[in-house]
Amino acid sequence: MNPAPSIVFFTTASGAGYGLLFWLGLLRPLGLVPGQGLVALALALVLITAGLLSSTLHLGNPQRAWRAVSQWRSSWLSREGVAAILTYIPALLLGLALWVDAPALALIAGLLAAAGAVATVYCTGMIYASLKPIRQWHHPLVVPGYLALSAFSGAVLLAMLAAFAGGGAVPALLAVLTGAAALLLKRAYWQAIDSGPPIATIESATTLGFIGKVRQLDPPHTEQNYLLREMGFRIARKHAAKLRLIAQGAGFALPVLLALLAVLVGGTPAVLALTLGAVLAIGGLLIERWLMFAEATHTVMLYYRG
Amino acid sequence: MTCLPEITPGQKKLGLVIDLDTCVGCQACATNCKEWNASGHSGPLPDTKPYSAGAEGVWFNRVHSYEAGEGERGRTVNFPRSCLHCETPDCVTVCPTGASYKRIEDGIVLVDHDLCIGCGLCAWACPYGAREMDEDEGVMKKCTLCIDRIYNTNIPEAQRQPACVLTCPTSARHFGDLGDPDSKVSKLVAERGGQPLMPELGYKPVNSYLPPRNRSSVAAKPDEAVPTPMDIKNPLLRWMDKVLTR
Repeated sequence: MNPAPSIVFFTTASGAGYGLLFWLGLLRPLGLVPGQGLVALALALVLITAGLLSSTLHLGNPQRAWRAVSQWRSSWLSREGVAAILTYIPALLLGLALWVDAPALALIAGLLAAAGAVATVYCTGMIYASLKPIRQWHHPLVVPGYLALSAFSGAVLLAMLAAFAGGGAVPALLAVLTGAAALLLKRAYWQAIDSGPPIATIESATTLGFIGKVRQLDPPHTEQNYLLREMGFRIARKHAAKLRLIAQGAGFALPVLLALLAVLVGGTPAVLALTLGAVLAIGGLLIERWLMFAEATHTVMLYYRG
Repeated sequence: MTCLPEITPGQKKLGLVIDLDTCVGCQACATNCKEWNASGHSGPLPDTKPYSAGAEGVWFNRVHSYEAGEGERGRTVNFPRSCLHCETPDCVTVCPTGASYKRIEDGIVLVDHDLCIGCGLCAWACPYGAREMDEDEGVMKKCTLCIDRIYNTNIPEAQRQPACVLTCPTSARHFGDLGDPDSKVSKLVAERGGQPLMPELGYKPVNSYLPPRNRSSVAAKPDEAVPTPMDIKNPLLRWMDKVLTR
């Protein structure tokens, strides 16, 4: 599948934003995040909004994007839109509560914002997990993957901001735990898709299996078309193994180690370690999100490539 | 609304039956489809760089060509691929705007181009590659089963059929109601053992493909022509051939 830059950016940025909003909404009312929390909330909302705007860039008619909230009964994309818009309400209320220092409102709005963040990321994951023709996406580990990566990148960002505000080991510890969990999940997912059986074959796609093995003789057209560009993407798939290693190292392992280091040493080195960790994690996630598309294969390519 | 209409018994299911035995791969169906649909319900259908290298465009029908089997059983099969107007199409339910819909009255799957935002999710959800994006207009386009022909009372009744069916020189394409077990197309499917594409994905395609017939027997190899004495130019060898043939 073609990794459209706007969508790769959207899942990374909005994922991190919702993760940050989730942890802030849960931890700030409990007093586990140092400082007022307004900077973290602002960063979360900027990331979420930038991601959502970016996702509209790949639409053929972005001016009609508002229509996308209408079909929530059947469409996960529509549900994602509804959840994303609704989540702004408690998120902005949380901001108001933190601004005027209203702990009760902050608690309720924080919990609602956290729930909205989970719901939105869940819907994003389900958009992909519900697509049967794409074996690598129609997999039970895809939605947990989206949730774990969002929780991890959010925790990494919150840990960095907490370090700037002068301490708070809880976000850093959360980054360690979610990072380790996300790494394990991602490894299990890669192993599963590498060994998984194909969902269909060129024989079942053409009904010709009763004659014998089927192979392409002539293509239907000699030039490109939309299907080949969108579903037939395979540039750099040969580098997948290396890119996976880079994503695991830079995106997960190093940020986790840096967060651990930060918890142990504290002070200015912790600020540096967590900032570097956040940059690495976001960079690694961009690679991982890119791979998520580049490694996915669509059944229509059976007709073109067997 | 992108929820699917409820399926009732005896529901009309318009669709195509494609005979893989007689299709000669001439591309007439694809060409006439493009010609008809470049105007009307789906028009215009874009073509980029139509007269130079890198020509491409939106087509609702693509004719592939495959080899199946080995040796004497092996054969070449031409394979037209277009929208199958599935009974449970995910391309409809994933649509966030309601642009993609399945008609309750005849089961045709259509796109309302005025509602489509061009997100492309329906094309991802279709296992068969039936949908192609019109990148000029930024909306998704697909086979309409020539909805602007089959109900068109301004053209002679015999022509109220999809363009691909009308134009097929070998009558390898048939159009009708596959929900009615007594229709011509349903009988053809029953008689010839028509098959759905990728049934394991569970989309329940309405279109059916008739398998290539088994050849009754493979013709015996012709004997290698034995040279006659007149083929031997050398007189000595010709004489020896005569003697030895005796």
